Amino acid sequence: MRVTSPGWTENDNLPLKDVPPARVTARSENVSPMPRLTKSYHIKARDFIRAGEASINIQNLLKSMDFDPRLIRRVAICGYEGEMNVVMHGGDGTLSIELDDEKLTLEISDDGPGIEDIELAMQAGYSTANDDHREMGFGAGMGLPNMKKNSDHIHIESLKNNGTVVRMLFMIPEKGETD
Amino acid sequence: MKLSEIVDALDATLLTGEDKLEKSITRCGASDLMSDVLAAVSEDCVLLTGLTTVQVIRTAMVAGVGAVVFVRKKQPPPEVVDMAREQGIPLISSPYSMFVSCGRLHACYLTGLDGKR
Repeated sequence: MRVTSPGWTENDNLPLKDVPPARVTARSENVSPMPRLTKSYHIKARDFIRAGEASINIQNLLKSMDFDPRLIRRVAICGYEGEMNVVMHGGDGTLSIELDDEKLTLEISDDGPGIEDIELAMQAGYSTANDDHREMGFGAGMGLPNMKKNSDHIHIESLKNNGTVVRMLFMIPEKGETD
Repeated sequence: MKLSEIVDALDATLLTGEDKLEKSITRCGASDLMSDVLAAVSEDCVLLTGLTTVQVIRTAMVAGVGAVVFVRKKQPPPEVVDMAREQGIPLISSPYSMFVSCGRLHACYLTGLDGKR
């Protein structure tokens, strides 16, 4: 079991006021432990300069809480790829993190055009990006495959013209446990 | 090899990271596609790229890249250098092309991101 780090404050439990709440996360039938920390970050459409800041904030937060560096790296990569997806394709969005004693949940939601064929979008190399995206070094069709590779579980909900929610789970290893 | 030796091997200019010149680097990746860098184990590697945007620095931060080399004498904008300085990521500008920069570092026994030569 993890111990709360000294850097943690009550404010870390409060979602940011100017951010709409993340969509309701589907819960399993089992009783889940109460979340220890939830935090949401706004992602602005087409803001290529600031894209990635939310993931860096989450990375720094997890570092301050003394998580396994490999776990932090996986979470940061998934968040970053998700943020780039939202900025490139999705319209405005939200990146949320929820943490309890056993797992970390990362959720990226947007109000963009949605993904028409999720199976196709999951294929490495499939991309609907344009030249502007590629000039930033993205749009190579590796975003969702990278997110799948680096998370323990990924769930995508999307409807045409009705936005996308990507939810990823990361199991938190016990101290000393290797993966 | 040390970061200072990488600067020498490339006849390069160090843009920021004077305090990291003794840092040891063994692996090297070259790409303009940041997702490819994020897909590989790139921790403490040197990344060669022709891109000079802030997203290169964010990718380096997320992936744990040890140093970034801009090829073809590219100069990143000041805000990119400032961000790298704040984050402690050394930046190097190489006068050589991507191909020649890679070849010079390969000749110095650096491996790819997967450890292969």
